[in-house]
Amino acid sequence: MSNNLVEFNNISKFFGSVIALKDVTMHIKKGQIMCLLGDNGAGKSTLIKTLSGVHKPDEGEIIVDGKQTVFDSPRDALDLGIATVYQDLALVSLMSVTRNFFMGREPMKGFGPFKTFDVQKANNIASERMGQIGIDVRDPSQAVGTMSGGERQCLAISRAIYFGAKVLILDEPTSALGVHQASVVLKYIVKAASSGLGVILITHNVHHAYPVGNSFTILNRGKSMGTFDKKDLSREKLLGMMAGGEELDKLEVELKEIDRTSKN
Amino acid sequence: MSVKSKSIQNKSKDERLRKVSNLKVLLNRPELGALGGSVLVFIFFGIVAGDTGMFSAYGTINFLEVSANLGIIAIAAALLMIGGEFDLSVGSMIGFAGICIAIPAIYWGWPLWSSILFAFSMAVLVGYANGILVVRTGLPSFIVTLAMLFILRGATLALTRLITGRTQVPGLRVLIENDPIAWIFSADAFKGVFTWLGSLGLIALRQDGTPLATGIPASVLWWVGMTIFATWLLMKTRYGNWIFASGGDKLGARNVGVPVGRVKISLFIGTAVAATIYACVQVLDAGSADTMRGFLKELEAIVAAVVGGCLLTGGYGSAIGAAFGALIFGTVSMGIYYTDVDTDWFKVFLGAMMLIAVIFNNFIRRRVTENK
Repeated sequence: MSNNLVEFNNISKFFGSVIALKDVTMHIKKGQIMCLLGDNGAGKSTLIKTLSGVHKPDEGEIIVDGKQTVFDSPRDALDLGIATVYQDLALVSLMSVTRNFFMGREPMKGFGPFKTFDVQKANNIASERMGQIGIDVRDPSQAVGTMSGGERQCLAISRAIYFGAKVLILDEPTSALGVHQASVVLKYIVKAASSGLGVILITHNVHHAYPVGNSFTILNRGKSMGTFDKKDLSREKLLGMMAGGEELDKLEVELKEIDRTSKN
Repeated sequence: MSVKSKSIQNKSKDERLRKVSNLKVLLNRPELGALGGSVLVFIFFGIVAGDTGMFSAYGTINFLEVSANLGIIAIAAALLMIGGEFDLSVGSMIGFAGICIAIPAIYWGWPLWSSILFAFSMAVLVGYANGILVVRTGLPSFIVTLAMLFILRGATLALTRLITGRTQVPGLRVLIENDPIAWIFSADAFKGVFTWLGSLGLIALRQDGTPLATGIPASVLWWVGMTIFATWLLMKTRYGNWIFASGGDKLGARNVGVPVGRVKISLFIGTAVAATIYACVQVLDAGSADTMRGFLKELEAIVAAVVGGCLLTGGYGSAIGAAFGALIFGTVSMGIYYTDVDTDWFKVFLGAMMLIAVIFNNFIRRRVTENK
């Protein structure tokens, strides 16, 4: 038996005549950060939705903890510990940190019809969890809207971990963030992985992916260009393999051309 | 809030916590506007109409009753608004519920209690229909309930005329006396206390020696009770958190497992049931049902909820605020008769108040979501 948390083998997904994904294979181990890279339209979104149970793959198999499974809904994936943090984060900015943290899964106290939302306990857990990742929540009843983008991302990740995620799928967690904020989030992701989680990090930013990833899967036009260990791959090579690599070279040539002609 | 490594200092010693004064905490509460507005209104009438009898026991009961009637529907409307939807059919539902009580009781010989229960089951049905239409079609609730506004009002008028040949159904008063549940909506509470106060000469008496204000009307108790219940629901229960979440971000809430559809449908049932409580109070008080009852009440309920701090976009607001919004409304609408101001100006005041409330709420929201 392998020590893979999740295996996605030869996953294909078709929308009518369009081949959105073809034969994509990924294995995620404990403590591993697998970066999924690709340009816009490479099939990243489709792959995430297939991994998280929104779409059913048309071909291929999903193996969780050594057992083959089929996800009928995102709920099924969640129940097996595969949690997805989407770009919109599923946070309500007008609601407090605590209320967001426990949204849909509120801790209760009391009996029967008098069961109430245990606000005190929820507040304590929320501040403790946020404290563990280095975010000092002044007041857990403060609205999430007052937090920075990075803090919100961390809140969403920490919520997924608290509710039992074993594999985290992170959709572009750093795309909307500044340099400092992005580094805070990336540090947290590394920390989460080192505590035994498997992470699938979806991004198109090589500079964010390369420092934190252990292995890299590159997606191009719905096909996997292979999975590479970090030791076999330089940053430059990775950049070059992304769909943008060649394009950027071409662009540079063209720009020089424009520059030259305009001088004449 | 800033990102920094976990501080070693004691949490209670966190210097940034100290900066949040009580005033600032209060400023971030949704009901602040309505609370302040109520105080201003009372100060105003205290000065202008302090010696006119507006604040006598009788006068006070009068404006409280008007506030209470509106409050009953405003609180339900506020919960729905926090959940991100509107219900414009509330006013029509009041008229419809009224004849649902009156026609079976008068024309079909049903006992009053059974026709009251019938009205409530119709309310659940109407609320469910509103809710399921909004949730299933994804259409704005504004349109769906606007359609329901016309459907219900039209059906009320047509059915009443068909069955009775008129648009009013009088004659309920005799049925109230021996009914096992009618008192829930019509009885005065603390009658003994009022009689006692009357005998002491502390409150005004009629010619026959009974006090002018006979007790606290049932509607006022419903108003207070519903405010407490709705506040408990919002602040202390899981369902309350789901209401905020459904209104704040429907998709986000659904993604983390909040049953958004169920929450919204139940809130629509809530507004229809509140409209029926309103109808019970009115019909049993007047002894008759009228097809035009509740006309424009849906808009008044929305005014009260908005003045009470509810955001039109959902996800934010309070039941206490809506209760105070109704109090402002009721106090001004009755108080204006005690002043020299022409009552025609009431609606001007209403519109201006709503405008100020919306501007103020917008400012509050920005404070809550963007303050750094």
